[in-house]
Amino acid sequence: MALLQIAEPGQSAAPHKHRLAVGIDLGTTNSLVATVRNGIAVCLTDEQGRAIMPSIVHYRDGGGIELGFDAMSTRVSDPRNTIVSVKRFMGRGIKDVTHIEAMPYVFEETPGMVRLRTVQGSKSPVEISAELLRALRKRAEASLGGELTGVVVTVPAYFDDAQRQATRDAARLAGLHVLRLLNEPTAAAVAYGLDNASEGVYAVFDLGGGTFDLSILKLTRGVFEVLATNGDTALGGDDFDHRLYCWALDHARIDPPSAEDARRLLMAARAVKELLTVCEEAPFRLRLDSGEEVDLTVTRADFFEMTRALVQKTLAPVKRALRDAGLSPRDVKGVVMVGGATRMPHIQRAVAEYFGQEPLTNLDPDRVVALGAAMQANALAGNRREDDSWLLLDVIPLSLGLETMGGLSEKVIARNATLPVARAQEFTTFKDGQTAMSFHIVQGERELVADCRSLARFELRGIPPMAAGAARIRVTFQVDADGLLSVSALEASTGVEASIHVKPSYGLTDDEIAGMLRSSLEHASDDLTARALREKQVEAERLLEACAQALAADSELLDEAERTTIDALIARLRQLVTGHDANALSDAIAALSRATEDFATRRMNRSLSKALTGHNIDEL
Amino acid sequence: MSVTLTERAAQHIAGFIDKRGKGVGIRLGIKTSGCSGMAYKLEFVDQTLDDDLVFDSHGVKVVIDPKSLVYLDGTELDYVREGLNEGFKFNNPNARNQCGCGESFNV
Repeated sequence: MALLQIAEPGQSAAPHKHRLAVGIDLGTTNSLVATVRNGIAVCLTDEQGRAIMPSIVHYRDGGGIELGFDAMSTRVSDPRNTIVSVKRFMGRGIKDVTHIEAMPYVFEETPGMVRLRTVQGSKSPVEISAELLRALRKRAEASLGGELTGVVVTVPAYFDDAQRQATRDAARLAGLHVLRLLNEPTAAAVAYGLDNASEGVYAVFDLGGGTFDLSILKLTRGVFEVLATNGDTALGGDDFDHRLYCWALDHARIDPPSAEDARRLLMAARAVKELLTVCEEAPFRLRLDSGEEVDLTVTRADFFEMTRALVQKTLAPVKRALRDAGLSPRDVKGVVMVGGATRMPHIQRAVAEYFGQEPLTNLDPDRVVALGAAMQANALAGNRREDDSWLLLDVIPLSLGLETMGGLSEKVIARNATLPVARAQEFTTFKDGQTAMSFHIVQGERELVADCRSLARFELRGIPPMAAGAARIRVTFQVDADGLLSVSALEASTGVEASIHVKPSYGLTDDEIAGMLRSSLEHASDDLTARALREKQVEAERLLEACAQALAADSELLDEAERTTIDALIARLRQLVTGHDANALSDAIAALSRATEDFATRRMNRSLSKALTGHNIDEL
Repeated sequence: MSVTLTERAAQHIAGFIDKRGKGVGIRLGIKTSGCSGMAYKLEFVDQTLDDDLVFDSHGVKVVIDPKSLVYLDGTELDYVREGLNEGFKFNNPNARNQCGCGESFNV
């Protein structure tokens, strides 16, 4: 029989109408599920009272799987079939995965998302994540005594569309109805902002197992607005383990270990890291299967020294996010710490020094994201309290745009635009009589399409033949509250339309998002030069095209000398158009334009007199 | 006529009100709906209404409207744990046919 929970005044649900909603923090290292019960967000625990579920899936030889804590031991005994940190592979191609050499898995080189070969066959990261989500769903349904209406699943702010879509697919595969994907830092702010009801600008510093996110949030009268997000999709607590692991290999003079030994060393490294949070020194002792022994002592100072670069690496995105938001460190009223790795004393100290204040740590950094997600799920499922009129605004992490002639990226929605958002822009045809247009949607900050991430392509057909530049194609970009994109193109005169929902092909480029952002800054001036050259090239092509047509139609208007001059200039321009000298190209364009000016005037006169023939002046 | 809380229920309610940060007590009530005719209502109370009846049970204010009291007289509200699930349970001597889910009943 169902047990009752206390409702808000006047909010009692009719029997069997309880809308059970949970928030899920699908983490790299650990996952959690939380719900709002009796008006309070709580994490749901397993039979042993543990809220955390390690994000580990073990595929057993002969069928069946083990999950979470049950799969921890097989990390050592069966590393190849025990998948940890699967989140790092979500929506990623094999080239995108860092530290691949230290992983004991058999990767399959497939187009799009990477797959892992296990004893139970080939598994995609989506399927593996779905196993984790299914386990959390079972726990939630057992705890709440009913089927779930919907869930909010959190994702790192820097997940691109491919990674978000992969997360959504995994939830669907686990039989969950996703109410919304929520950025992790935003979820943390929901948990802190509502519990403490304090207004101002906050930074959310989220150093999880595998990802680092920094968000600048503004809380005003219960309204959350994300001013800027930044981060590194390949930086987390695991990297600190990895440094310790490398340090141990180095100091114990061990040859490259077997997959099993590597796993055990990494586990030992993690235990040492956790111990150093509370102790000044920790033993690193282990006997490997190879017979070699590791017997080391790590002091806090050693550990701080070997991970100094990693700590510094977290501060770069902090600075970029503040700059994007147009703020300085002292404008920040509080810093929220999220993720187990923020328990490390030297991380807390670096953050405190940078912001000039102690960071907030009063909620459990492992749980705060799940709690915020639960509050959001509760509100979205319609169990919202009357006085909770808060609204959640999120931002686009990277600009969205279209490829235009010459391989240039035309940004339609700029980075950090708040969600949901719709923007329209008009484009036109490049050639006379052009009846179709191909749209290539890209994401990124760089000027050239080749440097951005390709998201999707589609075509608009049935444009009526018109002169180049006469057609008006209205392209609308729309991004919903989940950060998922749809693009439509409409030709104004005929109403022909084409659209696409971006269900992006997974892992198309090797650059990860943070890297893309960084490179856009580093290459700003190269990009500008490249853009200038491409623009000149496009202009030259358009001019050549126009000249060719004019010469084909009205060449008898030119005498031989004029024709020779024009032909020579055309040849010169043709030659320069493929080169890299923007100035020479610009001069050649100007020369050809000048030489054809007279010709253009004569053509104009001829077509005017043609048009006027047979009409008298009164008719005009 | 009265309704009571078990000590465990009272402790949990006091705890929830404390964490919620506001509220003067707990409202018990019934509404006419559900598969067996009537359903229980369990809500936080921010403000009592004029004709509300208020009982004190283990230091927690129990608020009930007079119409509901007719159906709830003698009821004891308990807090129980069943497997992973936990929550409140009405032990109502007036209820005859309880529906399988325990959310509704008739007298």
